[in-house]
Amino acid sequence: MSQINNNSVRTNYLDFEGGISQIDAQIAELKKLSMQKGIDYSAEIRDLQRRQVEEFKRIYDNLSAWQTVQVARHPQRPLFCDYLNLMIKDFRELHGDRNFGDDKAIICGLGQIGRERVMIIGQEKGRDTKEKLARNFGMSHPEGYRKALLKMRFAEKFGIPVVTFIDTPGAYPGIGAEERGQAQAIAKNLMEMSRLRVPIISIVIGEGGSGGALGISVADKLAMLEFSYYSVISPEGCAAILWRDGSAAPQAADALKLTSKDLLKLDLIDAVIAEPLGAAHRNIHDTVYNVEQYIIKTVRELKRMKIDNLLDARYKKLRLIGTNATTSGLKKNRPDNTAKPAIKFTAAKPITVLPRPATV
Amino acid sequence: MAKAKSQWQGFSLKPKKEMPEGLWTKCPGCKKMLYTKSVSENLDVCPECGYHFRITAAARIKYFADEGSFEEIAREIVSTDPLDFVYRGTDYKSRMAAAEQKSAGKEAMLIGKAFVKGRGIMLGVMDFDYLGGSMGAVVGEKFCCAVEQAMSDSLPLIVFSSAGGARMHEGVISVMQMAKTSAALAKFDENKGLFISVLTDPTTGGVTASFAMLGDIIIAEPHALIGFAGPRVIEQTIRVELPEGFQTAEFLLEHGFIDQIVARKDLRSEVARLIDYCGK
Ligand SMILES: [Zn+2]
Repeated sequence: MSQINNNSVRTNYLDFEGGISQIDAQIAELKKLSMQKGIDYSAEIRDLQRRQVEEFKRIYDNLSAWQTVQVARHPQRPLFCDYLNLMIKDFRELHGDRNFGDDKAIICGLGQIGRERVMIIGQEKGRDTKEKLARNFGMSHPEGYRKALLKMRFAEKFGIPVVTFIDTPGAYPGIGAEERGQAQAIAKNLMEMSRLRVPIISIVIGEGGSGGALGISVADKLAMLEFSYYSVISPEGCAAILWRDGSAAPQAADALKLTSKDLLKLDLIDAVIAEPLGAAHRNIHDTVYNVEQYIIKTVRELKRMKIDNLLDARYKKLRLIGTNATTSGLKKNRPDNTAKPAIKFTAAKPITVLPRPATV
Repeated sequence: MAKAKSQWQGFSLKPKKEMPEGLWTKCPGCKKMLYTKSVSENLDVCPECGYHFRITAAARIKYFADEGSFEEIAREIVSTDPLDFVYRGTDYKSRMAAAEQKSAGKEAMLIGKAFVKGRGIMLGVMDFDYLGGSMGAVVGEKFCCAVEQAMSDSLPLIVFSSAGGARMHEGVISVMQMAKTSAALAKFDENKGLFISVLTDPTTGGVTASFAMLGDIIIAEPHALIGFAGPRVIEQTIRVELPEGFQTAEFLLEHGFIDQIVARKDLRSEVARLIDYCGK
C-alpha cells in the first residue's frame, strides 16, 4: 500500500501528460483492488502499461518547444550532481578561483568516466530550497567562470580532457556580479577555451541560458540531451520584449528554435543524446548511462586527434558559426561538414533498466 | 486596424509654443536647453557640462577617422533570417528593412580601413540605430573579417561598441557569435595584433561579454553605460534600487575593468599615441 502511494507522490506530471497520469491512476487502482480482493489483474495492467508506452511516445515525439522547456525545467530532472554521483568514479572536487571566492553554482573537479580521467565542470542548480539558495539556482557569478577557467588551465597542463555540463537559467544579474566583471569573466573564458590545448566536450543537460551557458561551453563537441533547451533569452523574456506580453512565451519558445532537434538542424550542435521513455526524470539511470557512453566515445575520438589538428578544427568550427546565416556564407566559406549526418546518440548496448534510486 | 487619431487638440487660450523641432536640444546631463548647432559643432558633446550624446555610426566615423579616409568593406553582408523569425504581426525581415532606413549601414556594425592622424587602422563601428546595435551573425562575421583584414595588413584594430545585447531574432546563432568573435581575437592575440576596444554608451549584453572586454587596451567614453546585464534586468531580479553611478564608465574604471576614460575630443590623439607606443 505505502509503496504505491510513495510512487504516486513522487511522480510530478506536466500539464500535457493527462493521458499518462490517467493510466497511472488506473494501474494503481487495479493494483489496489488485486491486493484487497486477491484477484489477478496482471493482464489488464500489462495492457494498460502497453497503452501508456504508446501514449508516452505520442506525446514526447510531438513535444512543442514550450513543452520541451517545461521538461527541461522539471523539478525532478537529473541535475549535475546526479551525474557526478552516478557516473564519476573517484571524484575530487577542486574549489575556488584563487581570487575572490568559491562559486557554488559551478562545481569543478577531477574524476574518472569509464577508464578516462577527465576534468569535470558543471553548473548545479540545487534540488531542495536550501541547496538552491546555496547554489544560487545555478546562476554563477564571475568567480564561477574564473574558477572554471583556472581548473581548465590545470587540465591543460596535465593533458586531461575537459567535460562541461550546462544547466543554468543564465549568468547572475546582480550588483556584485557587475562589480566583479561578469562580462569580462565570460569573455575571457570564451577566448581561452577557443585555444585550450586539450579536448573539450560540453553537454547541455537542462537549461542552456545564453551567455551564462556559453561561458563554459566553447567546445570541440557540443551535445544536448534530447529535451534540454539552449536559448539566447528565456522564452518569457523574449515574449516580454518582442511580443510585449510575457504570456506569449509559448510562441516565443517556438520562434527561438531552442530545442535540440532545431539546433542540430541549424548545425549549431554536434549531437543529441536520447532520453528514455517519458524524458530524463522518469529514468535517471538510463539518462546517465547514455550521457556516459557519449562522453567515453567522444573523449576517445578526440584524444586520437593531434592537438594542433584538434585546435584547427575547433577554430574553423567557431569561425563558421552563423556564416551560413549571412549572405557572405551563401557565396563562400561553406563549412565542409554540410553533409554531416544528423546524429541522435543512443548508447549502443541495450540500456539496462535499473530501479529509480530511492534517495531522489 | 485602429483608426488614425485626429491631430485636433481642441481650442486653447495658451499661446502656441514656438519651438521648431531640432533647433533646441535638452541636455540629459545638465538639463539645460542647448542650441542644437552648438552641440553638433562640439562633436555632440554638451558645451556646458560635457555630457556625451549618443551618436550615429556615421558621426562616429566622421569624428574619429581622418577626413574621408574610411573605406568600408563587407558592406553588403546581410542576414538571411535563418530562423524565419515571425512575431506579433511582424517579422525579422521587415524589422531589418526598417532598421536599414534609420542607419548608416546595412547592419549593426560597419567595418573598413581608415586613418587616424595618419596611422593606418582597421576600424569597426557599431550602430545603435540598427536594431539596438544587437549582435547577430552579420556583426560576428564582419567583426571576424575586420580581425582577419587587420592581421593580413598588420594594422591595429579599433572597434567602437554600442550594443543592447544579442540579436534575439537569430536565437542561439547570436549567442554563439560571442564565441566566434572571441576565438578570432585569440588568433589576433597570438599574431601580436593590437586591439583597442572603445566602449560607448550603451554597451551591454553579449557584446560586452565577448569582444568588447577583450581589448589589449579598453577605453570608455565618459559616463557611458557599460555592463553585462541591463540595469532594468538587475533591478527586476534583485528588487533593490541600484546605487548612483552603477555600471557607468567611471564605475568600471573604479573596479579595474577598463584602462582609461577618454573624452570624445581626445580620442583621436589618444588612440594615435597608444598605437605609436605599441609600435604598430
Ligand atoms: Zn549638459
